[in-house]
Amino acid sequence: MSIEVKNLTKIFGNFKAIDNINLKVETGELVALLGPSGSGKTTLLRIIAGLETADEGNILFSGEDARERKTKDRNVGFVFQHYALFRHMTVFDNIAFGLRVKPKKIRPSEDHIGRRVRELLKLVQLEWVEKRYPWQLSGGQRQRIALARALAVEPKVLLLDEPFGSLDAQVRKELRQWLRRFHDDLHITSLFVTHDQEEALEVADKIVVMNSGKIEQIGTPEEVYHKPASVFVLNFLGNVNLFHSRTEAATISSKAAKLYVRPHQLGVSRLPVDGNSVKVVLTFINPAGSSVKMDAKSSDGNVFQVEISQEEYKALKLIKNDEVFLTPKNITYSEYEI
Amino acid sequence: MVGGLPSFKIRPIAQQSRSSHLRTESGVIKWILIGVALLYLGIFLILPLACIFTTAFSKGIVAYTQAITEPDALAAIRLTLLTALIAVPLNVIFGIAASWAIAKFDFIGKNFLLTLIDLPLSVSPVISGLIFVLLFGAQGTFGPWLIEHGIKIIFAPPAIILATIFVTFPLVARELIPIMKAQGNDEEEAAITLGASGFKTFMLVTLPNIKWGLLYGVILCNARAMGEFGAVSVVSGHIRGLTNTLPLHIEILYNEYHFSAAFAAASLLALLAIVTLIAKSIIESGMHREIEATQITSGEKR
Repeated sequence: MSIEVKNLTKIFGNFKAIDNINLKVETGELVALLGPSGSGKTTLLRIIAGLETADEGNILFSGEDARERKTKDRNVGFVFQHYALFRHMTVFDNIAFGLRVKPKKIRPSEDHIGRRVRELLKLVQLEWVEKRYPWQLSGGQRQRIALARALAVEPKVLLLDEPFGSLDAQVRKELRQWLRRFHDDLHITSLFVTHDQEEALEVADKIVVMNSGKIEQIGTPEEVYHKPASVFVLNFLGNVNLFHSRTEAATISSKAAKLYVRPHQLGVSRLPVDGNSVKVVLTFINPAGSSVKMDAKSSDGNVFQVEISQEEYKALKLIKNDEVFLTPKNITYSEYEI
Repeated sequence: MVGGLPSFKIRPIAQQSRSSHLRTESGVIKWILIGVALLYLGIFLILPLACIFTTAFSKGIVAYTQAITEPDALAAIRLTLLTALIAVPLNVIFGIAASWAIAKFDFIGKNFLLTLIDLPLSVSPVISGLIFVLLFGAQGTFGPWLIEHGIKIIFAPPAIILATIFVTFPLVARELIPIMKAQGNDEEEAAITLGASGFKTFMLVTLPNIKWGLLYGVILCNARAMGEFGAVSVVSGHIRGLTNTLPLHIEILYNEYHFSAAFAAASLLALLAIVTLIAKSIIESGMHREIEATQITSGEKR
């Protein structure tokens, strides 16, 4: 089922949480809503689920207006940041809940429910926790149970609100790879909210970058990282260095320009390469990791972040307080003042 | 002894930290403190309780049973039970509705509603009674209309029930609001997205989550409803066999120097108090599990 968001606006008091948003999620896609807190991403997700109502605009599920369906009839699976498992029920009863509350006519038999629950427990690789209560599980296990519970009713859309937000770094990493594989197997249209750019880049087919209630850019992870549509996207998806320069091309007037360069797009050399090279002093070197991360400072006080490969680092024999030249190899984004 | 139990059991976490702190005190101070506490409990709780029962049985078991089975006493017990039977369920319904609204929604006038719920706790029971006299008494606002239509409220059971409802009004809501606030809306929202109707969500998710708190509120509400004296005394008119509740019946007997009969009836209320306290301490341990489960399941919270 595809989701289409049309001219959606939501206002809380005098705060515009969502400001005229348009968005289309195709069937089977895994889309990340990425943005800082307060950017309206969770509100958007909750409106799609029917947990919140929009002030203007509408949502279409496969072309059909969602406002005609009540929340409980929207057939969306919702996974909450804090799991929201029913604390007084066992894991089994939690997963069975969605099936057991179906109207009598379409409710499956207890036998069928049991089979389905075990199938789902197997899917989330937690067959052995059936009789436990939520508080007896770890955070990662709870979130997997919450996912199984959401999937029990065979939703057409899966909505995940910061699903890994309250887990520690290790579990988080594991779970997001697991979610990716899981989506590749099931192909259910999924929309997940995150403020973690790394998570979005790693998991999603498509990223929707949001800022103060508006969409800044929609694109593949590659597009939003390498071809950001705005300075906000550029800054939000990784570190960036700012160069002020003047274009002195064969144009009539020279323009002041701001050039944005990612740390790995800077070349480091002992001698200047061309007219764009900037002389800097290395103030900090961190060689731990797959690449070497360095901070550098120019004579006029600008600070740069640089990332080079271990091989280059060894070849140049860099040490702290060395004087080197930085030369932009590529430019991610540029802005001209007219 | 029973009276002391619950206060020791209220917060195990806080108690742990306090006891570890106490361990640094010398043994003598520890025993002096415990001694003072026990003496205090003895004088103010156990002694009066013992006194009630010894006086109640001072004329023998036959006099005791006679005192609590004579028609006026039975009528008082009946009226007390009837009052509680009406006041408690009504306050349960109101308490759940009010705490649901207050804990789960934001609306204009929420603080005003909270203050209003607390009002009966801050007003003297006599005033609570007088309010109803002023409203429904012969000289009251609705008095003439009521007399015209032959409806009797003041100096009749309806006023007693109304006054009791008013006085016990905050007890259930006050217990439920903090629990519901702590639990948030997540589970209800999850239930709705899973296809549950509002009613099923309430029955299967909300109610089980607050059951201990609710039970606690009911116990407190019931104890107060049966034991209320001030407000009921103002509106009752003290008609024997008709508008006397158990506490009023005791007062009359006592004023007429029927000490052993008065204490026999009082022993019933004392028994109610003891049962209430035992139930309370059992429920409190259940509530702990509820609160702990809340803390664990919503663990790394906001």
